[in-house]
Amino acid sequence: MRSDLDLELVKLTKRYGDALAVDGIDHLFPAGTYACLLGPSGCGKSSTLRMIAGHESVSDGSILLGGRDISHLPPAKRGTAMMFQSYALFPHLSVTENVGFSLKMKGTDKATRRKRALEMLELVDMTKFADRLPAQLSGGQQQRVALARALITEPQVLLLDEPLSALDPFLRVRMRGELKRIQRELGISFVHVTHGQDEALALADQIVVMNNAVVEQAGPTREVFDAPATSFVARFIGAHNVIALPEGKVAVRSDALRLTAPEGAKLQGQVIAVEYQGTHVALTASVSGDQEVTALLTDKDFFGTPRNPGEAVGLDWDGQAAHPLRA
Amino acid sequence: MICAVAQPGHGDLAPGGDDMTDQATPIALEDTKPARRAGRPSRHLTGWLLASPLVVVLAVFLVLPIAMIVMVSFWGATEWSIYPAFQFDNYAFLFGSDVTYRVFFNTVKYALITWAFTLLIGFTVAYFLAFHVRSLGWQVGLFLVCTIPFWTSNIIRMISWIPFLGREGLANSALLSWGVIDKPLEWLLFSDFSVILAFVHLYTLFMVVPIFNTMMRIDRSLLEAANDAGATGRQTLWHVIVPLTKPGIMIGTIFVVTLVMGDFITVRFMSGSQKANVGRLISNDISLLQYPSASATAVVLLITVLIVISVLLRFVDIRKEL
Repeated sequence: MRSDLDLELVKLTKRYGDALAVDGIDHLFPAGTYACLLGPSGCGKSSTLRMIAGHESVSDGSILLGGRDISHLPPAKRGTAMMFQSYALFPHLSVTENVGFSLKMKGTDKATRRKRALEMLELVDMTKFADRLPAQLSGGQQQRVALARALITEPQVLLLDEPLSALDPFLRVRMRGELKRIQRELGISFVHVTHGQDEALALADQIVVMNNAVVEQAGPTREVFDAPATSFVARFIGAHNVIALPEGKVAVRSDALRLTAPEGAKLQGQVIAVEYQGTHVALTASVSGDQEVTALLTDKDFFGTPRNPGEAVGLDWDGQAAHPLRA
Repeated sequence: MICAVAQPGHGDLAPGGDDMTDQATPIALEDTKPARRAGRPSRHLTGWLLASPLVVVLAVFLVLPIAMIVMVSFWGATEWSIYPAFQFDNYAFLFGSDVTYRVFFNTVKYALITWAFTLLIGFTVAYFLAFHVRSLGWQVGLFLVCTIPFWTSNIIRMISWIPFLGREGLANSALLSWGVIDKPLEWLLFSDFSVILAFVHLYTLFMVVPIFNTMMRIDRSLLEAANDAGATGRQTLWHVIVPLTKPGIMIGTIFVVTLVMGDFITVRFMSGSQKANVGRLISNDISLLQYPSASATAVVLLITVLIVISVLLRFVDIRKEL
């Protein structure tokens, strides 16, 4: 369903000299979705985000937001706001002044500025730090301030450039819950660039997997995870085996594999490693054609019939669990 | 970031036996501490010993001469002799003469005007180098170009203005031949104008360097963030770049102000000995062998400059920049 607040990329291209950073990608971000641009470093996801934000010029193609072409507008006129990877808080300004910066640039009076800034700080639960300087805040607190500063411009789309990468793992998990909550509360679109598949899975309604300057696969998160279209996606998103069968390559989720007797199974192999992971056991077997396949078994299943490295096993799966891969 | 780096380290240690190290560390620490105290000189003494070479250098070459000047400033003098004493005659004479006030006023005037011009030019040059020249190679290259005048001495750089600015100089003849003026401009040379021109020429680089240095440390994403928040180029300059460049501006200001206030040769050459500043007052006294009077003037100048610097330092935490 199209809404007039959709963000759409049309044949969006970025060239640096001869090098193609983004190669004519098309994508529609429906209004109010949390979308993650996922891919390895250098895949063009950051360039894409920076083009949407207006911090990188568009070489070709266009960016549409709410039906108007924003590709050549200055960043503040686009209806987008960006949250920077390093937060980019102004070190000489207090938290409140940082958050109210864009209003000050517009010439809003001081009282209104402070009031609106405090509202934003309320949203990110930072009211009690309102008069501190950024250097007096922890990483997570700085990030909340950066978020408040971006949101005060009332953007239709918030762009986040690897927002969690500078945080420690514990804080990362907490902040991602926070991001999701704020996105739901505000109902605007978030476009979040990350190279962490767990982050993308946890947050996104929609995942856009990029590789080598193009979109490998895009769609609702569960669809992408359940049915990766290419072996790159299957490997990058994890928890999948890419198995070359006589009829072509397929992706099978590790937890969809069953251990059986070697006779009559779809694959025969030999156990090469068993790794206990608490709730699960990961069993790696080498199968014909020098492939390695990992099966994720519940601890109950595995310890019901334990296997040791060197043992011959059969691997089986339901027909619909195998997804043929494009490439 | 620190966490991310530290964690692999932890992981590496773990197989070695976390329990062992955890328990052993505090004991080991307690063991070594007293031993260290008994065997080696105290940390206090080591610190003083390490600092002593610099202390000696500063004592001999800075504190001692200044103490000497302060001492001599209380001595007495007649037309033909100097005699040790402790009297306030020199200061009384200094503060009793309105020449002193005029000369100090002139010195401060030179410092202020030179400061304003060097700041304006220095900031602009540094801004251009830091934000408009993109490649490091060009930045270094252009920076070296800025230093070319420093390949010759101060005096030569000053004197080279004279044939340019003089009555029959290049500037006047060019203006005459273009018909801009009817008769040579008298104020071009041997005037406040030429003094300040020379000061600006000599000292702008001292403003460029610290400002450029501070500007290069400004995180470029701050400029994008300002742009993202709707700031125009001018607003970014005023609300982001200038405040963040303040420490560099202060350091440059200290350089320029102290250099101009302590100068005497530029004023003498460029004003054709027609203008005076405190430095010239001192140098005249010295050439007349009036050391006590020269010392008293020097002490007052030193105190004035120290007051100016202490006021400047109130505006900025210079330690962050060092």
